[in-house]
Amino acid sequence: MWRDALLIAAKDLKIELRSKVTMNQILPFAFVVLIVFAFALDTSPGTLAKVAPGLFWLAVLFSSVFGVDRAVAIETNDSAGEGLLAYGVDPGGIFLGKVISVFVQLFLLEIFLLLGVVVLYGPKIGGLPLMAISAFFATLGLCAAGVTYSQLASASRAKQTLLPLLLVPVASPVLLAGTKAWQDAFSTAASLGDPWLRLLIVFAVVYLALGAIFFGSILEG
Amino acid sequence: MGSLVSFKNVIVISGNFPILTGLDFEAGPGEIVLVKGRNGAGKTSLLRAVAGLARITRGSANVLGVDIAANPADVRHRIGLLGHEGFLYEDLTASENVRFVLKATRSDPSKAEAAMASLGLTGRLGDLKVAKMSAGQRKKVALAALLAREPELWLLDEPHASLDSWTRGVLDATLNAKVSRGATVLLVSHESHHGSLVPTRTVEVGGGKIISDTHATKPVPLDPLAVAEQGSGNVA
Repeated sequence: MWRDALLIAAKDLKIELRSKVTMNQILPFAFVVLIVFAFALDTSPGTLAKVAPGLFWLAVLFSSVFGVDRAVAIETNDSAGEGLLAYGVDPGGIFLGKVISVFVQLFLLEIFLLLGVVVLYGPKIGGLPLMAISAFFATLGLCAAGVTYSQLASASRAKQTLLPLLLVPVASPVLLAGTKAWQDAFSTAASLGDPWLRLLIVFAVVYLALGAIFFGSILEG
Repeated sequence: MGSLVSFKNVIVISGNFPILTGLDFEAGPGEIVLVKGRNGAGKTSLLRAVAGLARITRGSANVLGVDIAANPADVRHRIGLLGHEGFLYEDLTASENVRFVLKATRSDPSKAEAAMASLGLTGRLGDLKVAKMSAGQRKKVALAALLAREPELWLLDEPHASLDSWTRGVLDATLNAKVSRGATVLLVSHESHHGSLVPTRTVEVGGGKIISDTHATKPVPLDPLAVAEQGSGNVA
């Protein structure tokens, strides 16, 4: 399974490097979200600094919808996904490969986005270990849930509208826990025993397990 | 001689519609079975069922010694399917696509180059993104992956469509060589002549069942006129 996962991840990342969809489309979209929310809320630096973690994770959540949709769409052209099954690739490996590929892209996007948050909102960054570890598990959970639901939605004619409808409510614990964990990280009470971090870990583990078990059934229809 | 494919009373349902309706079919090593039938008769569904890509609702289905209804994943990598789609990634080059297929099927990636060269996919063509290729070139890439894999069972759905006469000749010669070494080919085609590829049997599918099964009594002679027509691009 891991051999297949790495093969799929390497292939997807190579395709992303060629197409540059994340870099040229999803990253600018995430920045637009940051800017638009800043306009909508308040332009005073104090308010924006306070809500920075929430806006960051909201931008990541919206970006993840496009990221996982793209990861599954790669396999719909020329029935490539069916080809993977025909080659005998392990469905669990396909799932994990997609998760790894989207994770790498989304994590890199978050680094750029964090720079944008610092420049636009000016929050006082702190608690870097808690920030990094909570971002790791939040992103992993988003990717695992996202790839699963994106594959589920891909069978529908209304997949573009169905995916956000399915994913955004399911991923709301990540939005909440990611925001709270970063708020704790920015405060003086930053600790790796943060309860919100534990929620992010549980979410990621549960969706990784569910995806690895059920992705094959979803893929085979 | 044992059967490589043994289907007994196989039923496949898509949605609420039965597409294979109690189909019985056998194929042994070294056979070239031409599968004919009208549009919607169930030819492609038969190939997909043999490839383990269609869920078998009822009946007994054994492919390469494996119960494909119960354990399709155990045998898929030994079967080569060329369908209407090539299973290709448009943002990868021809060479990258072929190598990916070989890695995915646990085949030897070093065979990619020779297979591509045999179909004329060398130099600039090998490094060209599939998105920039013509339909015929894409078909060649999919075929190159199949040739390099050397599956035991070849499932070919209109393999000659979009191909020039030279490539058809290469494909036919390669398949004849594989069959002489024990491989089995199931060939779906609407064409009346298949170059030098001479079916040992012709089965006709209708209404999701085999309605006729004819063994060739002697090799069908090559029809130069038909081959020339095929080469000129008159593809069914």
